[in-house]
Amino acid sequence: MPGVLVFAELADGGLASISKELFSAGRPLAQALGEPLCTFIPAEKGGEVAKEAGALGADRVYVAEHPLLREPHPDYHLIALERAVQQVRPSVVLLGKTPLGINVGPRLAFRLGVGVAQDVVALKIEGDALIAERPVYGGNAMARVALREKPFVATVRPKAFEPLDPTPGRTAPVQAIPVAIEPAAVKVKVLERKKVEATGIRLEDARVVVGGGRGLGGPEPFQQLEELARLLGGAVGASRAVCDAGWLPYQYQIGLTGKTITADLYIAVAISGASQHMAGVSTVKNIVAINKDADAPIFQEARFGVVGDWKKVLPAFTDEVRKLLQQ
Amino acid sequence: MPLTIVVTAKQVLDPETPPSALQIDPSRKRMVGPANVPPVVNGFDENAVEAALRIKDALGASNVKITVLSAGKSFVLDVIKKPLAMGADELVLVQDDACENLDAFQTARVLAAAIKSMGTVDLVLCGRQASDWDQAQVPLAIAEFLGLPCVHITRKVEVKDGTVVVERVVPDGAEVIQVPLPAVITVSNELGQPRYPTLRGIMASTRKQPIIRKLADLGLNPADLKPKVELLDLYIPVRQKKCEFISGDNDEEKGRNLARRLREAKLI
Repeated sequence: MPGVLVFAELADGGLASISKELFSAGRPLAQALGEPLCTFIPAEKGGEVAKEAGALGADRVYVAEHPLLREPHPDYHLIALERAVQQVRPSVVLLGKTPLGINVGPRLAFRLGVGVAQDVVALKIEGDALIAERPVYGGNAMARVALREKPFVATVRPKAFEPLDPTPGRTAPVQAIPVAIEPAAVKVKVLERKKVEATGIRLEDARVVVGGGRGLGGPEPFQQLEELARLLGGAVGASRAVCDAGWLPYQYQIGLTGKTITADLYIAVAISGASQHMAGVSTVKNIVAINKDADAPIFQEARFGVVGDWKKVLPAFTDEVRKLLQQ
Repeated sequence: MPLTIVVTAKQVLDPETPPSALQIDPSRKRMVGPANVPPVVNGFDENAVEAALRIKDALGASNVKITVLSAGKSFVLDVIKKPLAMGADELVLVQDDACENLDAFQTARVLAAAIKSMGTVDLVLCGRQASDWDQAQVPLAIAEFLGLPCVHITRKVEVKDGTVVVERVVPDGAEVIQVPLPAVITVSNELGQPRYPTLRGIMASTRKQPIIRKLADLGLNPADLKPKVELLDLYIPVRQKKCEFISGDNDEEKGRNLARRLREAKLI
């Protein structure tokens, strides 16, 4: 039996998108191993999500319910996952490359004395090994790595796999895993949550994103980017250099260590296209680049490009967009 | 007894190297840059050094001792000594041929053994990840091997009454977290720019020599350091996209033509 175990995360009361993507990533592995695709749902209440997991293709669902699993506290979730792994003894454990996954996945692996393939974009079983591909050197190169000791643990990059559509009526057996969490034994205590009030459309969800880079020269030009984004019903983002310079808060950062966007259209203004920025836009099909340097790497990734001074290109572009939208 | 902080640091290929100048050395399965571009201290590790120096500033120079720790086969001393020039007190290098091809798991074993050999350590600060392999694993593994609590990816680190209070970066803001010492904390670029070495710092660092350790000094046998993650292949992906450049007599016209082209392609 054992199985391929997907560590599920919740968002807005249902399965998070990354968890649905993990079912896609895990299904071929389960087939290759001849083992079931299982999921582990640590949550305050897991009932509805367990049904959703069944419809999405899980063959077996394990649920650990505990009030402390309401918040994404890595230590509590690590305790729960360790317990689940003891019981299920899976061949593979898949997690998302999320704030929770990048904490829990590696620490689980090290406790079990095995390695972890982090931030992978492709996976397959070959003989007795799990072979994974992962971007390295800030996305400038790809590494192919092998894990040979079970369980194979991997964290998967969001948007690297298409989420599966649910099959209505499909169900999977659900089993409860009792988890005891002793808060006093967990040394990491959250005292306070400082939430940044979100205004407008979430960058990760926006269909159109207008991004600005170091080439803008300061914070003021972002007002022009805001104007264009508003016109197109989109959101504004930025390169890391912009946030490091303090022109915009870090919530705007797109890239390897910032946000991953999934827009249909990304308009990059005065962004050179360093690979660590491009890691955050790798699933965007339509990249439009405005840059004065014809050799900027962004043009290698762009579908449409304008070589020119953004100070002249952008206002004319915005005015024309406004006119076209009014027609 | 001063508060003892260990900061881990890695010498890496300069990530500012233009992609066109990067090549893969297939025999070593490494990325190499032009010979005239020196390596740098991993940027996030400099953020961790900065976090340690801010604690030293807050508690008083004589109350905090900062040891920088690195493992590798060979080092460019002028590069890896930069944290000393920034204000760290001591540099320990685990320099051994067997450190050439360690994976994250085994690197962490080496670093954890080196930290253990130092006696009492109150706080281990690490960069959130290294800009070469982007793994973000070593600090978590050090914490597991030393049995210490860990907070990963923080933007503020303060030591208060035998605890460390940090701000962990999360997508919608930050969590203020308190952990009793000793602990492992990873630092991200949101902490702010690392300070530049002062002339006095550079002068002082030239007089300090690193403490060199071999794996055998740490009770480790290279034969036991087989990688858990085996690197099979490293390659530069082929880019297939072809960019359609928008023409026009001047930049304004190019801007207007771009809007029309996007409309035509039904993108706006």
